[in-house]
Order: sequence, then structure tokens, then C-alpha cells
Amino acid sequence: MDILSAEFFQRALIGGALIAVTAPLMGLFLVLRRLAMIGDTLAHVSIAGVALGFLVNVYPVAVGLLFAILASFAIELLRRTYRTYAELSIAIIMSGGIALASLLFTMGKGFNMDVSSYLFGSIYTLNQTDLAVIAGVTIIVLSMVLIHKKELFLLTFDEEAASVSGLPVKYFNIMLSVLTALVISASIKIVGALLVSALLTIPAACSLTLSRSFRQAVVLVVIIGEIAVLAGLWIAGIGNLAPGGTIVLLLIGILAVSVMTTRIMRA
Amino acid sequence: MDNNSTLQQIGCHQEIVRLDGVSYSFDSQSVLSDVSFRIMERDFVGLIGSNGAGKTTLLRMIVGLSRPQKGAISLFGQPADEFKDWNKIGYVPQRNHFNPLFPATVREVVLSGLYGRKKLFRRLSKEDIGRCEDALGALKIQDLGDKKIGALSGGQQQRVFLARALINNPKLLILDEPLSGIDTETQQSFFHMIKHMHQRHNITFLMVSHDMDMVRSYLGQEPKEKSGKLSFYVRHSHDLDDCDGTDLLHSLRREG
Repeated sequence: MDILSAEFFQRALIGGALIAVTAPLMGLFLVLRRLAMIGDTLAHVSIAGVALGFLVNVYPVAVGLLFAILASFAIELLRRTYRTYAELSIAIIMSGGIALASLLFTMGKGFNMDVSSYLFGSIYTLNQTDLAVIAGVTIIVLSMVLIHKKELFLLTFDEEAASVSGLPVKYFNIMLSVLTALVISASIKIVGALLVSALLTIPAACSLTLSRSFRQAVVLVVIIGEIAVLAGLWIAGIGNLAPGGTIVLLLIGILAVSVMTTRIMRA
Repeated sequence: MDNNSTLQQIGCHQEIVRLDGVSYSFDSQSVLSDVSFRIMERDFVGLIGSNGAGKTTLLRMIVGLSRPQKGAISLFGQPADEFKDWNKIGYVPQRNHFNPLFPATVREVVLSGLYGRKKLFRRLSKEDIGRCEDALGALKIQDLGDKKIGALSGGQQQRVFLARALINNPKLLILDEPLSGIDTETQQSFFHMIKHMHQRHNITFLMVSHDMDMVRSYLGQEPKEKSGKLSFYVRHSHDLDDCDGTDLLHSLRREG
């Protein structure tokens, strides 16, 4: 039981709690804009950046972040070229990211690279720098979303209406992409690249069925994210399970319950 | 008589939209070629044309969603490129193909009509909430305010999007096929409401429609102008004594 009071576990809880606010929040915007798979894509590109970081000996999360931002710009560019085929741009960048990551990983075979910790997450190894990065990302994301919550709603609900209202749609799209890239590169170390998209999409999927208003949806994704991450870490800590996997399975459990609840309520 | 009213129009009313030799083509397929037309304040313009005649394209160019490849558009006397007062224009697109599961209430959608440049970095005020209630009331959907938008019928959704366009108290209301996809009875009450707005309030209308009978019944048998496959039916409203008029949403007098 004393794992719960260990310092590394405390750091895991703080990092997890922060990511559980921002990832589901950005995920809600992505899911509603039919860009649910973007998380997976950016995460894989980010992994390529992490690998490069190890190779050239620069703070890997930072290089991963840079890669994710570049990829999000590329996706936005392709999204405008292939209008209404948002998933196409995502698939293209995703394969590019995996290809690059696999190349860089084989190049770095001689180095001591901890690949699996970035694929599956290593929340127990968070250090002070990681926590500072995550806290910074959380502050940036929350303040941007709070300042622009009206505009982000309109952009998400009806991008053309936003444009007709004279809003700088291009600026907001870039902002959303960059914020998403920030959240993803910060969460990779916590839940891992393979599981990032779960934290982005599953809370949003739950709130789609449960909430009636946008305001409700925003509150709900954060609550669901927090429950899954904090309870998941606690269960994983006690049962000595993989924390990333536990969190994701809990999320899927919550999704199952919320789908059933709406079914029953409708019947 | 006709000459007389034209003179009056120019003396007292502003030019709202001006199209000068506007052309547009998709790839090599010409959609619009050399369309010129003027819409004056308080005109009701019915835009009729067969499928592919470029009606929607023309509307999208007026609201700035695409640019003419040739020619020029000006809005309220300003070139469209420099036009900033987008809150003066309400636009209801053809079908609002939003995701039916989208978690948004009717009230949230109607309020979003206010979220333009002027509202950036500003919170919604009590007055804004009041405007929303007025817009809902004007379209007789007050009791739907808390309903999820995806749960409404087609006709109700059309009213919500019209309310969203009206919340800014626009000077120009652009409607793309507002009567399609709703049943005949709803169509009639909807058209009746639009006619009422035109006659009683200071709003200029540009409406695309397929329904020749309804358009002709209000705008007359013959188009005022033709350009390519497009016909412009126009009726000017004289019912108000001056150009100020009264606002549809009575709490909104200060803006617009």
C-alpha cells in the first residue's frame, strides 16, 4: 500500500490529474469536428520526434512537441486541400509518422532508447521537468479555451457560420491544432502514444450520448477524464497493473455504462 | 408609377449589394458568367434558377465564403474585401448538415449568431441573453430553448437557424432554399413570417427558392432581371414611412 505515498506516485497523480483536464477537453473539440483520429496521428509523429530527440540528445518531449506541431499544420493544410475528407489527411500523416519513427528507432539501436515507455507511457517516471511542462501546457490550454469558448463553440458547430460572422477562422484552426499538439506531446509520457487517443476520444464519446448542451459536455468530459485517470492510477498502484492500460480500460467501462444508461433512459 | 418608385428608392434607400460582372467557374465549368445586379434597401429579391445555375455559389460569394474569379462585389457600399460589419448580414444556408448528436441546445445555437468579431474577448451580457429570448419569441420557439438541436424536426431546425440569423438584427437576410425539406403547411407559415418581416421591418431579403408559386405570389409574375440561367424577382416594400423602420427584435434598437 505504501506505493500510494511514494513520491513518484504523487507526481504521477499530479501529472495525470492535469492531463485528465486538457486531453478530454481538446478531444471534445476534435471529436465534434470529426477529427477523432488526429490524436493517434499526432502521437505517432510525436514519437518520431522523441526518437530524434534521443538520437541528437535533446529533451525528447520538446522535439516530440515540435514534430506534433509541424504535423498538425500539415494536417490542417491537407484538410483544406481535401475538404470534407478530414480523415484522409490524418491517415496520410499517420503513416508518415510511423514510417519516420521506425526509421529513427532502427538508426538509434545502439543508443539506450526506452521505446516502450513512450509507446505505453511511463507515468511513474515523471520528473520535475515533465511536471513543469505538463503544468505549463495545462495553463496555456485552459486559458485559450476559456478566452475563446464562444468562438470555439461556433467554429466546432458550424465552421462556415463562423467564417460568415467575420471570425478569423484560420487563426482559430491553427490555435486548435497547436493546442492539440501540445496536449498530445505532454500526455505521451503519461499514457503513451498508443493510448493517447483513448483519453482524447472516449470522454467525448461518453458526453455525446449523455449531455444535452455544450456547456454540459465540456464539464462532463473533464469529470470523466479525472475519474478514469485518478481511479485508474489508484487501482494500478494497488494491483501493480500497467497504469496506462488500466486508465483506458476504465474509460471504456465508463463509456459502456453511459451508452447503456442512455439506452435505458430512452426506452 | 414604376419610374416614380425607382426614384424614391434611390433617394431614400441605400444600396445593399452590388454585383459587377461577377463570374465563377469550377475547374473549366462556368457556373456564373458576368452577373450584374443591385439590391436596394428593403428589396425582397427572389433568386430563381435551375439546378447548377449558380444560385448557392452566388450567395456564398456575397457572404464571403468564396471569391468571384472575375468582377466585383460590394456590400453596403463597400468592396466586399474591405467589408467588416458582418453582423449586418444574416445567412441561413441551404441545409445545415450538422451532426445530429452535437451536444448543443437551441439557445446555445441561437446565441452563437452573436459571436462575431465584435464579441471577441467579450462575455455575453444580460442584453445578449434578452436578444436571444426575443429571437426565439419572434420565431415562436421559446419553449424549445433548452432542447437539443438534433432532436428537433426539420421545420423547427429551420426556425432555429433563422433565429440565429436574426439575433444580430441584420439589415440583410440571405436565405438559401429556406422552404426545402419541410412540409407544405410549415412552408406556408414560414413564408408568411418572412413576408411579414419584409413588410413591417427594415430588413432586405435575398432568397433562393425552388417554389415558383410562392415566389410569384409575392414578387410578381415576371423577373425584374435575368442573367444567364438566373432570374431575379424583386418586390420593394413601401409600408414604412421612413427608412429607419422598427426593429424586429425590440430590444435591439441600439445595434445594427
